[in-house]
Amino acid sequence: MEENRIRENQMAEQIAGPDELYFNEEHGMLRQTVKDFVTKEINAHLDEWEAKGESPLHDLFKKMGDLGLLGIRYDEAYGGQGLDYWYELVFLEELAHIEGLGLPVAIAVQTHMATPAIAEFGSDYLKQTYLRPALAGDMVTSIAVTEPGAGSDVSALATTAKRDGDTYVINGSKTFITNGTQADFLTLLARTSEKPGYHSFSLFVVPTDLPGFEVSKKLDKLGMRSSDTAELFFDDLRIPVENLIGEEGEGFIYQMRQFQHERYSVLPSAYITTMDMINMTVDYLRQRIVFGKPLIKQQVLRHRLAEWLTEIECIKQFTYHIVRMKSAGLDATREITMGKLKAARLFQEIAQGCLQMYGGMGFMNETLISRYYRDSRVFSVGGGADEVMCEVIGKLEGF
Amino acid sequence: MDILVCMKQVPDTETKIVINPEGTGIVTDGIKYVMNPYDEFAVEEALKIKEKMGGTVTIVSMGPQRATEAIRTALAMGADKGVHLCDDAFEGADSYSTAKALAAAIKPLSYDIILGGKQAVDHDNAQVYAALAELLDISHVSIVTQLDVAEDGKSAVAQREVEGGAREVIEVSLPAFIACQKGLNEPRYASLPGIMKAKKKPIDVIDLAKSGLSADEVGEKGAKLKIRKFFLPPEREAGKILEGEPEELATQLVKLLREEAKAI
Ligand SMILES: Cc1cc2nc3c(=O)[nH]c(=O)nc-3n(C[C@H](O)[C@H](O)[C@H](O)COP(=O)(O)OP(=O)(O)OC[C@H]3O[C@@H](n4cnc5c(N)ncnc54)[C@H](O)[C@@H]3O)c2cc1C
Ligand SMILES: Cc1cc2nc3c(=O)[nH]c(=O)nc-3n(C[C@H](O)[C@H](O)[C@H](O)COP(=O)(O)OP(=O)(O)OC[C@H]3O[C@@H](n4cnc5c(N)ncnc54)[C@H](O)[C@@H]3O)c2cc1C
Repeated sequence: MEENRIRENQMAEQIAGPDELYFNEEHGMLRQTVKDFVTKEINAHLDEWEAKGESPLHDLFKKMGDLGLLGIRYDEAYGGQGLDYWYELVFLEELAHIEGLGLPVAIAVQTHMATPAIAEFGSDYLKQTYLRPALAGDMVTSIAVTEPGAGSDVSALATTAKRDGDTYVINGSKTFITNGTQADFLTLLARTSEKPGYHSFSLFVVPTDLPGFEVSKKLDKLGMRSSDTAELFFDDLRIPVENLIGEEGEGFIYQMRQFQHERYSVLPSAYITTMDMINMTVDYLRQRIVFGKPLIKQQVLRHRLAEWLTEIECIKQFTYHIVRMKSAGLDATREITMGKLKAARLFQEIAQGCLQMYGGMGFMNETLISRYYRDSRVFSVGGGADEVMCEVIGKLEGF
Repeated sequence: MDILVCMKQVPDTETKIVINPEGTGIVTDGIKYVMNPYDEFAVEEALKIKEKMGGTVTIVSMGPQRATEAIRTALAMGADKGVHLCDDAFEGADSYSTAKALAAAIKPLSYDIILGGKQAVDHDNAQVYAALAELLDISHVSIVTQLDVAEDGKSAVAQREVEGGAREVIEVSLPAFIACQKGLNEPRYASLPGIMKAKKKPIDVIDLAKSGLSADEVGEKGAKLKIRKFFLPPEREAGKILEGEPEELATQLVKLLREEAKAI
């Protein structure tokens, strides 16, 4: 008995908490750097940027690039850090403490949405010319897939890239493009053949300083207001053939792979941002006296909180499982799709549930929960709607 | 320039402090520790001096095992090496016995300037640097908000914060101890490449034997000060809202200020 207890105590001394099962001292230091950065360089200015409808991405990304934060998993040959998925997860987890989804998404566009395909399939030229400055924070990027006539059904897209000598000529439009008013280049999916099927599309790097490019509209959104979103227009825009990523006709396949990084990147918000919401709400419930006692004493509210905490723990562990799968080189498409679906649902449920617990104060813009509530809608549509996630899961199951 | 920085690891300033039932200290379970915020200014200033004049930055810290985390953070910011005074005998130190141990670790080192925070935010004593300077027989300048080291590295001009926002300008010959105040600089973040490099930088661990001191001179035994009890200030009561006509309110307020708050 005694011996057992001593042994347990020794174990407890070695491991200060469950997070140490996954993270080491270097992870801890990275966490501290990103945490301080988020507090001082982002959260401190967020009210202003939300009101303005955009954030100074060039300035912010440069600072992040200098700290080596934009290319954690990317090849050192192109200015990345060559580190593993756990370092990257620490980064994403700390970004989830940003008080609103605008910047976590804007940053993830740079790190997880517009650059993975260049790193994986792009030529050395593209990596030197575009990936390197993106990781250094010298260039801001966008991913340009969605069009007015093609969202959930990506294969319906109508923007064309026609080969003409040493160039491709791009015509068409894209919409809902995050970072679109500030981007220095786009990773753009366009049609390169009229044939039906998935091999008629190609992925390109499109610099935005070329003639024929136009930001036709800056869009006004319900939430994520610190992130700019644009409608873009291409009129005979010529790019060199070198700007084709990988092989012609393979763009759709590349983009489906790239989506996996995008969808994965939202998972930490479902267990970090939601915890921030719950923590602030619990603080409020403790001090808010209704019917003669603090609201936290209402069993119905405590139970609701307990259920959310349980679900949060599940999605967190699921995310760690996905990280292990990715680290082992397994295809995690099924799990990432499920994770994205669940994350989107849980985020919304908790944002709306916390808002409810704030009573009338929750409906006031001065209360931070109202921003989370407005922003919470995005995950169920952006990066693929919930129904599309269900379609993917159903297909993988062979239904 | 050989630059030393005295640095302490302290509970994160966001920590909710809980006193243990015996009143002998705080409950340390689950506390997150960070580099003392004022020491961050010292590390940053040291790195700036090094960038300008060349040399090395050595971090000197006394603390338990976990203090290596804070030393690593300073190394990740760009410092070159660490000296960690770590031994059970050093525990329970006051400002004096801390200075004693630090002095023992510093004496064998070569140094042109020593920087540190103006105080550690845990005990808030703000005395270590003065005692340490005395033991090393060098000058110290406290609460420094601007520092210019002369090109020959033999002297420095420091601005001190004094009452009412006024500044005092002091020229000091080096080596000296500079106790840093907020406003001196904007500490850099530890970059990710810096963090990965810090792993390989040396930390020299100095235990009691290596320090050359006896157990009576350091830690609780060597302390001049005995802490008898810790307690938290009483919880603030909810505010009172007075209602009525302005004249009545004024009378009520004066009455309360005099009789309850005893403020006038
Ligand atoms: C804030 C924001 C930022 C964005 N950023 C980018 C970006 O940077 N780059 C980019 O390319 N795109 C971006 N998007 C676009 C996003 O990817 C699309 O909005 C999304 O894929 C859905 O496409 P859609 O809007 O055309 O909706 P539609 O395809 O018109 O679908 C409308 C709704 O129909 C339902 N639905 C769709 N298909 C099915 C089905 N098979 N079965 C049942 N129901 C279905 C879903 O509920 C869906 O929400 C962004 C969107 C938002 C809101
Ligand atoms: C846009 C807007 C307009 C309004 N206009 C008016 C107006 O014109 N005139 C006016 O007088 N008032 C108005 N109100 C106030 C409104 O009636 C109150 O906000 C509402 O009654 C809730 O009270 P509260 O905000 O104090 O929430 P609280 O009483 O603090 O309750 C907070 C939350 O706690 C939970 N809760 C409360 N009691 C319990 C319980 N017993 N068990 C479990 N859970 C509980 C609920 O989720 C509730 O939302 C308005 C509110 C809004 C948002």
